[in-house]
Amino acid sequence: MLSKKTFSCDGLRERGAWRAFVLVLFTLLALGGIILSLTKGALDISVHDIITAIFSDNSGANRQVIWNIRLPRTLVGALVGINLALAGAILQGVMKNPLADPHIIGISSGAGLAGVTIMILFPHKEYLVTPIAFVGAMLSALFIYILAWKGGIRPIRIILAGVAVSAFLNSGISALMVFYSDRVHGALMWMVGGLSARSWPHLDIILPYTIVGGILALLGAGRLNLLNLGDDMARGLGLNVEVSRITMTAVAALLAASAVSVVGLLGFVGLIVPHAARLLVGSDYRYLLPASAILGVGVVTLSDTLARVAFSPIEIPVGIIMAFVGAPFFLYLLRRDA
Amino acid sequence: MTIMKAENLSIEFSGKTVLKSLTIAVEKGQMISIIGPNGSGKSTLLKALSRNLKPDQGTVYLDGNNLAELSAKVIARKMAVLPQSPEAPKDLTVRDLVEYGRYPHQNWWQARSTHDDQCVDWALVQTGLAEMADRIVSTLSGGERQRVWIAMALAQKPEILLLDEPTTYLDICHQLEIMELLAEFNQKHTMTVVLVLHDINHAARYSDCVVILQQGEIFAIGTPQEVITPHTLRAVFGVESEIRMDNVGRPVVLITGLTKKRR
Repeated sequence: MLSKKTFSCDGLRERGAWRAFVLVLFTLLALGGIILSLTKGALDISVHDIITAIFSDNSGANRQVIWNIRLPRTLVGALVGINLALAGAILQGVMKNPLADPHIIGISSGAGLAGVTIMILFPHKEYLVTPIAFVGAMLSALFIYILAWKGGIRPIRIILAGVAVSAFLNSGISALMVFYSDRVHGALMWMVGGLSARSWPHLDIILPYTIVGGILALLGAGRLNLLNLGDDMARGLGLNVEVSRITMTAVAALLAASAVSVVGLLGFVGLIVPHAARLLVGSDYRYLLPASAILGVGVVTLSDTLARVAFSPIEIPVGIIMAFVGAPFFLYLLRRDA
Repeated sequence: MTIMKAENLSIEFSGKTVLKSLTIAVEKGQMISIIGPNGSGKSTLLKALSRNLKPDQGTVYLDGNNLAELSAKVIARKMAVLPQSPEAPKDLTVRDLVEYGRYPHQNWWQARSTHDDQCVDWALVQTGLAEMADRIVSTLSGGERQRVWIAMALAQKPEILLLDEPTTYLDICHQLEIMELLAEFNQKHTMTVVLVLHDINHAARYSDCVVILQQGEIFAIGTPQEVITPHTLRAVFGVESEIRMDNVGRPVVLITGLTKKRR
């Protein structure tokens, strides 16, 4: 997957310094994304005014904009970035497949069908979209797992079962949209994924999953490293391969489902961010996971800022920006590999 | 003392019997080679012994304990396994990989101790890789890479080492290098070595005990001198041969042709 160019330096010390450098770079990008996301918008607010608005001033327009709109939205975006990037990085390791992302284990299609069903059939119960989408995502992941189970789990069976189940669920989504074509607008926005109108309640939903999932993911880094050596080798080194694969997939499912249920079917973050991070810090999961999470924050917050500012006053869903930038980047990876 | 024992192992793949109620005991400190024609069940036997394949019937014991009832980590502290043609992410260094060998000795938060580092250094020195510790594994030659995998297994500090065709795809010099390395460990560190081999002469030259498999059953087991004979080679491999003795009294096989099949 990677070329030797990844580490032009061969020494361990240089590699350690390089990794630290990349992590610092990603952190700066993430901070930059957060700051831009707070300052830019219909109303440009200076960093100084933001700090006053958050910490001291309890009245005024800035306080309204920052505290009620931009800050929660930015934080939700950051956590979504962390969750999806971690989920993608974990799944690429567990499935040993560079194309693995939250779509593969049915998270997106499950959340999609459940969310769209609520939005179209019960539009007056919009508040149910997030919890029901979460349940849908987990159910579809579980269903794929059961289908793929045959005395153990083989990644290729999960991927095939995932493709089949996703196609099945997606046909349900399409059917709903065709039958209720007068109500599709909200559902369509959600299908693309966006952070518009995301606020504190959404942060409350996603935060526990980010904390628990993030810790579990980092604790699993060693196991993911061993899984990358192949099942037989990992088993020989004392890893319980089946249990590790199931638990790490479950962690990825929780991370992705909580993110997707809050912002809709945000694609590509889970696919591209881990690849970009891998390209720069290498495939050791002890570095890859934190690097992916931090880069995820930067990518989502920057994309969302762009989504709000680029065609202001019209706001485009962040998912569109992501795919627009992400697809060419993916092609670049493909070319680079060849 | 028996370190590993398999009793009545039977394994089927979609109706086809690969191992037929096979029983075998491995003595501590032995270097034991498993040979046999393609499809005789060599690799399957090694996989069953290394718990990479669950037998349909029968039990494998490690130090008297049922392998199926031990935890993966407990097994890995006693037994290291080198599967056929292993692969690794392309950007890892030699040291990265060898460090993975310490996994079974580490706790769940995977803190690395100085003892772990000592074991890794020791394994690197033993395999002659100390100079290359910081090289990227994918830039090494096939023979060097195989030594990295062996170093990783050694870092596990196992009592028994299982290898599936460790010399395949290597040139003759590197084949011997690997065999010498294993023999040295077997003798100097009384490490029990069980390996599947393709090359009968390697088995004859280096092992204390040779197991010849045929269609999932043990055709012959014993010292190389006992079992490597024109008779067994004809019956099992279908080749005619002459056996010479080398300067240390080990049999050397000279294949003279194919056995004419009676129709």
